[in-house]
Amino acid sequence: MTGKLTQRCRVFKARGLRSKLLLLAMAGVLLCGCGGEIWNDPYREGQAAGDVFYSSFEERPKHLDPARSYSSNEWSFISQVYEPPLQYHFLARPYVLVPLTSDGMPEITSYAADGRALSDDAPAAEVAYTDYVLRIRPGIRFQPHPAFALENDGRYAYWPLAGEVLDRVNALGDFEQQGSRELVAADYIYQIKRLAYAPNHSPIASLMAEHIRGFADFAKRAKAAREGLPAQADWLDLRDLPMSGVEEIDRYTYRIRIEKKYPQFVYWLAMNFFAPMPWEVERFYQQPGLNEKNINLDWFPVGTGPFMLTENNPNLRMVLVRNPNFHGEAYPERGSDADAAEGLLDDAGRTMPFIERAVYSLEKEAIPRWNKFLQGYYDNSGIGSDSFDQAVQFGSGGEASLTDEMRERGIQLSTAVETSVFYTGFNMLDPVVGGDSERARLLRQAIAIAVDFEEFISIFRNGRGEAAQGPLPPGIFGHRAGAEGINPITHEWNNDRAQRRNIDDARRLLARAGYTDGRDPKTGGPLILYYDTPAAGPDSKAMLQWYRKQLEKLGVELVIRATDYNRFQDKMLKGTAQIFTWGWNADYPDPENFFFLLYGPNGKVETKGENAANFSNAEFDALFVQMKDLPNGPVRQEVIDKMIGILRVESPWLFGFFPKAFSLHHAWYHNAKPHLMANNTLKYKRIDGEARVAAQRAWNHPVIWPVVLLLLVVAVSLIPAVRGFRARERSRAL
Amino acid sequence: MSAYIIRRLLYALPILIGVNALTFVLFFVVNSPDDMARMHLGGKRVTDQSIQAWKEEHGYDKPLLINQAEQGMAKFTGTILYEKSIRLFLFDFGQSDSGRDISHDISQRMWPSLAIALPTLLVGLAVNITFALLLAFFRATYLDLWGVVICVAMMSISGLFYIIGGQFLVGKLLNLVPISGYDTGVHAWKFLILPVIVGVIGGIGSGTRWYRTLFLEEIHRDYVRSARAKGLSEQWVLFRHVLRNALIPILTGVVVVLPLLFIGSLLTESFFGIPGLGSYTIDAINNQDFAIVRSMVFLGAVLYIIGLLLTDISYTIVDPRVRLD
Repeated sequence: MTGKLTQRCRVFKARGLRSKLLLLAMAGVLLCGCGGEIWNDPYREGQAAGDVFYSSFEERPKHLDPARSYSSNEWSFISQVYEPPLQYHFLARPYVLVPLTSDGMPEITSYAADGRALSDDAPAAEVAYTDYVLRIRPGIRFQPHPAFALENDGRYAYWPLAGEVLDRVNALGDFEQQGSRELVAADYIYQIKRLAYAPNHSPIASLMAEHIRGFADFAKRAKAAREGLPAQADWLDLRDLPMSGVEEIDRYTYRIRIEKKYPQFVYWLAMNFFAPMPWEVERFYQQPGLNEKNINLDWFPVGTGPFMLTENNPNLRMVLVRNPNFHGEAYPERGSDADAAEGLLDDAGRTMPFIERAVYSLEKEAIPRWNKFLQGYYDNSGIGSDSFDQAVQFGSGGEASLTDEMRERGIQLSTAVETSVFYTGFNMLDPVVGGDSERARLLRQAIAIAVDFEEFISIFRNGRGEAAQGPLPPGIFGHRAGAEGINPITHEWNNDRAQRRNIDDARRLLARAGYTDGRDPKTGGPLILYYDTPAAGPDSKAMLQWYRKQLEKLGVELVIRATDYNRFQDKMLKGTAQIFTWGWNADYPDPENFFFLLYGPNGKVETKGENAANFSNAEFDALFVQMKDLPNGPVRQEVIDKMIGILRVESPWLFGFFPKAFSLHHAWYHNAKPHLMANNTLKYKRIDGEARVAAQRAWNHPVIWPVVLLLLVVAVSLIPAVRGFRARERSRAL
Repeated sequence: MSAYIIRRLLYALPILIGVNALTFVLFFVVNSPDDMARMHLGGKRVTDQSIQAWKEEHGYDKPLLINQAEQGMAKFTGTILYEKSIRLFLFDFGQSDSGRDISHDISQRMWPSLAIALPTLLVGLAVNITFALLLAFFRATYLDLWGVVICVAMMSISGLFYIIGGQFLVGKLLNLVPISGYDTGVHAWKFLILPVIVGVIGGIGSGTRWYRTLFLEEIHRDYVRSARAKGLSEQWVLFRHVLRNALIPILTGVVVVLPLLFIGSLLTESFFGIPGLGSYTIDAINNQDFAIVRSMVFLGAVLYIIGLLLTDISYTIVDPRVRLD
C-alpha cells in the first residue's frame, strides 16, 4: 500500500515538474517575444546596423563578362565593378558625360582621306576617319585578385595553377594569395580586342566592326589564330595580335580610330563594353579545372571600380564589398536647386563610396519581395501591379503620391520617365496595312487615332506612363513638349493639354481609305486585321481584348494571333506578322538610338536589323544619315522635326507610350535620384544603418499569443478525444 | 536478389534512352537552336553571324536527328541528339548553355532541396499517420466525419494558397520567421521552418485520408478481431498490428519518393527563395537551357527508377513473405 502511494507520489511529482517546465518554457517563449529581438530577420545578426545596402534581384544574371553582358539586371552588378573611361553625371539633366578613369573627355579629331585634320564642323562626307584619344589617370589600381598574385621571385602564384591548389579550391575566395596592379592603357585595348574575339559573343561586335578600323580584320585573324592553337592550349593571348584602329600611345594613353564619323561612339565609352580587362585575369580564368568549378570571368568580374563581387551565388545571393584599392571619387558638387532641396547635395565633395557592402538576395516572387520591403529588410523596391494600390494614390490632378500607410513608414517615392518607348508597329511589308499607298497610310492614321493609349496607361499601367507623340522620350534631344510637340494626326491641343482626336476623325480617314464603317469593299464584311503577340497567357487576355475593342470603334475586326515568343520572333524575322507591339530601351541618350529603329537599311526582314516595322522611306533615311552626324543644336532639331513629321504622316508605329518608373525607398536610404542611363550609381548611395535597425525593431515585433492560443485550442480539443479513448479502453466487450 | 537488381537495372537502360529521346523531341518541337541562341544572346543587336557562332560554340550547329551530309553511322553520330545524349549516360552533364558546370550546380543545389524535402516528408508522415490513426480509432463518430470533411477541404485548396497564406500569417503578421530566403549551414534553420510547416499542412488533407483508408482496411481484418478478442488494448492493436500491416502500401508511396527528394519542389522553392534543384529546373525551362533541362529530366528518371527498386527491396524487409527472384 505504502509502496503504491510512494509510486503515485513520484508520478505526481514528475507530472508536476513536467508541467512546471512546460510553463517555464512557454513563459520563456513569451518573454522572448516581449523583448526587442527580431525573429524574422533574413540576415545574420548585427549586419543591419552597418553601412550595408540590402536589395533583391528577380532573375539571376546570365553574363558578367563586360564583353558580353548587355542586360540591365547584369549591368546593375558589373557597373559597380568595372570602370569604362567615361560615365554619366549623377545629378545633371539632360544626361551629361563626364570622365571616370580618364583625366578628361576624349580628344576627338576628324581627318580627311589624305590625313589632314578637319575642323569640328567639317561636313561628314569629307571625314575619312576620326580619332578618339583617351588618357587615363595614373595610379588607379585593380581590386585584389588571385590572378595578380606574385611569389617572392616574381612568378605568378596561380599561373600555371598547380593541381594541389586546384583540388582545394572551390570558390574564388579559397585562393590564399591576392595581388593587384596599376591600370594601364593596354587594359582598355585588350578589352576592345576581346569584343572582336568571336568566342566572347559580344553583342556589339557587328556594330563595332562597322565603326572601329581594323576590328573586322582582327576578328578574322583572331579566329584563325584560335584554330591554329595547339590542342592543349587554352588561352589565346590577344596582345600578340594588333588591331589597326586601336593603338597604345604611352602607358596611360590610347587611341581609337573610327571609320568616317560616329559621334555616338562617345556614349559607348561610358558602357561596360569598353571597361578595362587585364590580360592576366583572362589567362588565369582560362586555366583547366576552374571553369568546372564555375570560377570564370563570366561569373567573377575584376575591375577598378568602388566595389568587388565577393560572393556570387546567383541562386541565393550576390554580395558586393567595397574595393580596398578604389582610387576614390568625390560626390558631385553641382546639381539643380531641386536637387539641393531634396538633400541630394548634402554629401557634395565627400569621398565615395559610402556603402561598405551591398547584399542582393534572389527574390523571384513579387509578394515576398514586397512584404520584405515593408518589413524594412530591403532598402528599396519597385512597385508591382499587385501592390500598386497599397503604395500609390493619384490626386485629382493625376499626380501620384504615396498612401498614408507608406507615409507613416517614412517610405519615399521616386518617379522618372524612362528613356524607353513601347510602340505598336505595322509591318510595312504587309499588303493591307503596309506600303506607301494612300489607302494604307490613311488606314494606319485612322488606327493611330482609335487606339487610345491614354486609356491603356490608365488601365494596364496604373498611370505609369506618358502617351507618346513621337518616337523620342522626354530627356532625349529632339523631344518637344507642350503644344509644339503633339502629333497633329492623332491629337489636338485643347485646354493646355494634348487631347486625342475624336473617333469620328478616325472614321473619316477610314472612309477615305475605302473602308467606310470599317467594311472591306472586297468582302463586304468588316475589315479583318491581325495582331501578332507572344502574350498568350491568361494575364494578357484583358489587354488583348482591349486592343480588339479599340478597333471595334472603327468597325474593324482585330484577330489576335497569340503564340509563344519563339514563333513570334520567327514571324517578325520572316515578315509574316501584321500588327505587333514592341519596345526599345535606349543604349544612350541620343535621338539616333531611336530613329535607327525606323531606318530603312535596318529592316528586320531584309537585314535582321532593329527596324521591326520594316519601314523604308527615302526622305526619312536621308534625313537620318544627316541627323546622326550633327551636333545637338538648332540644325539638328530642325532635321529631327522633319523626321518626326514624316513618321507622323506615314504612321509605321502607333507611338504608344513612354513608361514611367516608380520606385520606393526607405527614409534611411539617401541620394536616391533615379538615373536611367547610368548603372554605376551604388557608389552615390548612403545608408543610415541605425535608423534602419530602429525601424526593423519597431515593425517586426514577434507576436506570440496566437501561437499559444492555437496550442491551447489543440490541447483543449484533445481532451474529449482522450476521454473518449479512455472510456473505450475501459469499456467491456459486448 | 542481386540477379533481380541487375535485371531491373538493365531494364532501366531502354527506359532512360526513351526518356532522353522524348525530352529531346519535345524540347526541339518548341525551341529551335536559333531560338535558343537568340534567348542566350539577348534581345538586342543579335545578328545571323552571332547566332551561328553561338550554335557552333555550343554544338547546336548540326542536324537534330539525322545528318544527311554524312555516311554510314556518322548519319546518326553527327547529330545533336547523339552528341548531347552520349555523355549523359556516363553521368557527364557537361556545361549549361550559359556556360556553367551542371554537375557542380547540381551538387550545390541538391542540399537546399533536401533540407526542405526531408523534414517535410518525415514530419508530414508522422503527422498524417497520427491523424489517420486518430480518425481510424474514432471511426464512425462525429470526430471521424468532421476530420474527413476537413481533410477534403484541405485537399481542395491549392498549394499556392498555403504558401502565400503561410508567408502572410507567420512571416508578415506574426513576424515569427523570415518570409523567404535561405542561408547556408546552421543559419539555414530559420528559413526552413515556414516551408516545412506549409509543406506539412498542405499535405495533411490527402495524406491523412489516404492513410486512414489503409488503416480502416486493416482494422476490419480477422487478425485485428483476434487481437481484440485476446484482450489487447486498442492502442496496442493499432500500433502493433494495424500500423505494421499497413506499412507495405505506405512504403510504396514513401520509398519511391525518397530519391526524388533531391529534385526539390518547383513552387515551394520559387516562393521561398530556396536555391534548390526545383527552381534550377524552372529557370532552365524559362531560359531555354536545353543542357540543364535534359540533365534534370534524365536525373529525375534515374532517381525514379532507383526509387522503384528501393521500394521492391523494402517489401522484403517489411514482409518476409515477399521474395525478389
